[in-house]
Amino acid sequence: MLSIKDLRAGIEEREILKGINLDIKPGEVHAIMGPNGSGKSTLASVLAGKQDYEVTGGSVTFEGKDLLELAPEERAGEGIFLSFQYPVEIPGLSTTNFMKTAVNEIRKYRGQDELDAVSFLKKMKEKMALVEIDQSMLSRSLNEGFSGGEKKRNEIFQMAMLEPKLAILDETDSGLDIDAIRIVANGVNKLRTPENGILVITHYQRLLDYIIPDFVHVLYNGRIVKSGTKELAYELEERGYDFIKSELV
Amino acid sequence: MDTITYFKDRFEKLQGQQLDSRLKSLRDDAFSAFEQTGIPTVKHEEWKYTRINDFFNKDYHFTTDLKEQQFRSAELQPFLLPGHENANIIVFVNGHYHAEHSVLRSEELEIISLEAAAHNQYAGIVEKHLGHSADYHKDGINALNTAFIQEGVFIHIQKGKTVNHPVYIYNVTDARSGNIFAQPRALVHVGENAQVEILETFATIGADESFTNQVFEIAVEENAVLSLYKIQNDAANSTIVSTTHVHQIGKSVANVVTISLSGGLVRNNLNMVMSAPYCEANLSGLYLQSGHTHVDNHTVVDNRQPNCLSNELYKGIMNGHATGVFNGKIFVRQIAQKTNAYQTNKNILLSGNATVNTKPQLEIFADDVKCSHGCTVGRLDEEALFYLKSRGISEATARSLLLHGFALDVLEKIGSEDVRQYVNKLVTASLNLG
Repeated sequence: MLSIKDLRAGIEEREILKGINLDIKPGEVHAIMGPNGSGKSTLASVLAGKQDYEVTGGSVTFEGKDLLELAPEERAGEGIFLSFQYPVEIPGLSTTNFMKTAVNEIRKYRGQDELDAVSFLKKMKEKMALVEIDQSMLSRSLNEGFSGGEKKRNEIFQMAMLEPKLAILDETDSGLDIDAIRIVANGVNKLRTPENGILVITHYQRLLDYIIPDFVHVLYNGRIVKSGTKELAYELEERGYDFIKSELV
Repeated sequence: MDTITYFKDRFEKLQGQQLDSRLKSLRDDAFSAFEQTGIPTVKHEEWKYTRINDFFNKDYHFTTDLKEQQFRSAELQPFLLPGHENANIIVFVNGHYHAEHSVLRSEELEIISLEAAAHNQYAGIVEKHLGHSADYHKDGINALNTAFIQEGVFIHIQKGKTVNHPVYIYNVTDARSGNIFAQPRALVHVGENAQVEILETFATIGADESFTNQVFEIAVEENAVLSLYKIQNDAANSTIVSTTHVHQIGKSVANVVTISLSGGLVRNNLNMVMSAPYCEANLSGLYLQSGHTHVDNHTVVDNRQPNCLSNELYKGIMNGHATGVFNGKIFVRQIAQKTNAYQTNKNILLSGNATVNTKPQLEIFADDVKCSHGCTVGRLDEEALFYLKSRGISEATARSLLLHGFALDVLEKIGSEDVRQYVNKLVTASLNLG
């Protein structure tokens, strides 16, 4: 479903991604691991369409479409979802209102009718249970004053509401205690289907204990330097990223 | 003919007609003040960014020149505020209070002309509070209104009563046959333990120039609660100088929300004078401007007694070539210990051609006080915009959601559900255009 070929991107003349190749098929969970500064978050941002980054080469196709040609909202319409490492606080906009707008704009993009109020509420209730959040949190200003765990749970709630074909989880475990990681991971696992793909970006192996990947890739200095199965994640955890660096030398 | 001579002719005519009025000497004093100071120019510190003197080079029909025989109540229709049918209605046309268009629904309320009030049992209140705003405005524009007080209105709220219907004030300027200079004037007395909610708006009919110079003074007694919502959504050919002077003479609560959505030029002077201990004043404002409009909010919070609390929150969203001014003065007098005074002004500029000048001014003479102020001027948060778009929300919708969210805490200060929804609708509509 997603095919990244020789993707190069950077910010203000500085190249961060130096030729990424990655293929994700429906039903697969891929993990990208790597030390700080390797380009993990840049990759997530470029896939979601953040304008700060300039794509200087390569291609990204998503279900046959040139993803790089699409605006962020169109990518979401096509079924891409990015769970932010640092979800933005939006004063004066409740999660409920936010999701009502997002769900309906995406439906509009896909040529579907708006969801009526009853169906929307039913869907909300269902997904709230999935990530263990309550109504009061959804009525508050989006992410404003939320704890780290609440923000990440809210991201996964949004993911559940939007039912993406490809979910990109950018450091979803960062700053979370083990209970919060479990809740978030459970939510993600319940959303796994044979049709959708998941790309987990993480620094540590521990999230992968809960979201078991089919493939693990190591990103280092803007390139995927090693790929393998979940065992690779354990190896990284045990030996640190230095062994990758030494292998490269 | 220069401006002062022009007004002098009319002033002498007015005074000549009303020889036995008790307001005569107040008008005399005000006119002398006007003669000395004139219409403020941008050289006047308080008028640095707001130029109104140019308007006086035009030929205006003065309030005394015209009788508005042509205005009919039905013409108010397009400007009616929600809940109109249940409200006490006060209509000013070209600055004159029109009893025939007004409706009194609450017996807790008395509405009479200022002239009548100055001669009956309210004479003491009128004498004490009419013109008190001049202490805070040493400029000719305030004096000019007072000099021509005529067919102004006195509103009295009986002590111990909660007015069951809100009071709606319509300031109409009928500029269908010539430029109009209108000077509405009102004095409100909120009795002890009384509660009242007032909503006012400004409406211009016709395409000629409309200049409204309003002075609205409110005296609030012990344990009273005043809520005042000012909605400014007037035509592009209108200029409004609106002075609202709230004098809390007993421990009381005053809430004022000012919403400025359009209008050619708007200058609001809002004074919250707290002359009793333990007063609470909440003043909020939202200005949302585009095109070539100008909006200026000058506020004064005067802590004259100890233990008062004030919360001030003004927010602006400026687009096009719009210009905005916020000037927030807080005085804490020497005896006003334990004052709590908070002030915030936040602005979003949506266009490179829009500007805002914001200035907090704190003058604190007491040493045991809590005062804070902060102002920001910035653009729409790109990170937030991307966040919303990444969820499938279009650029235009994302912008309007963010701006609406920015404005929301001001809108929430509007206590009346009806009014809040109405204003929310107006705000949403103008954000969608932007």
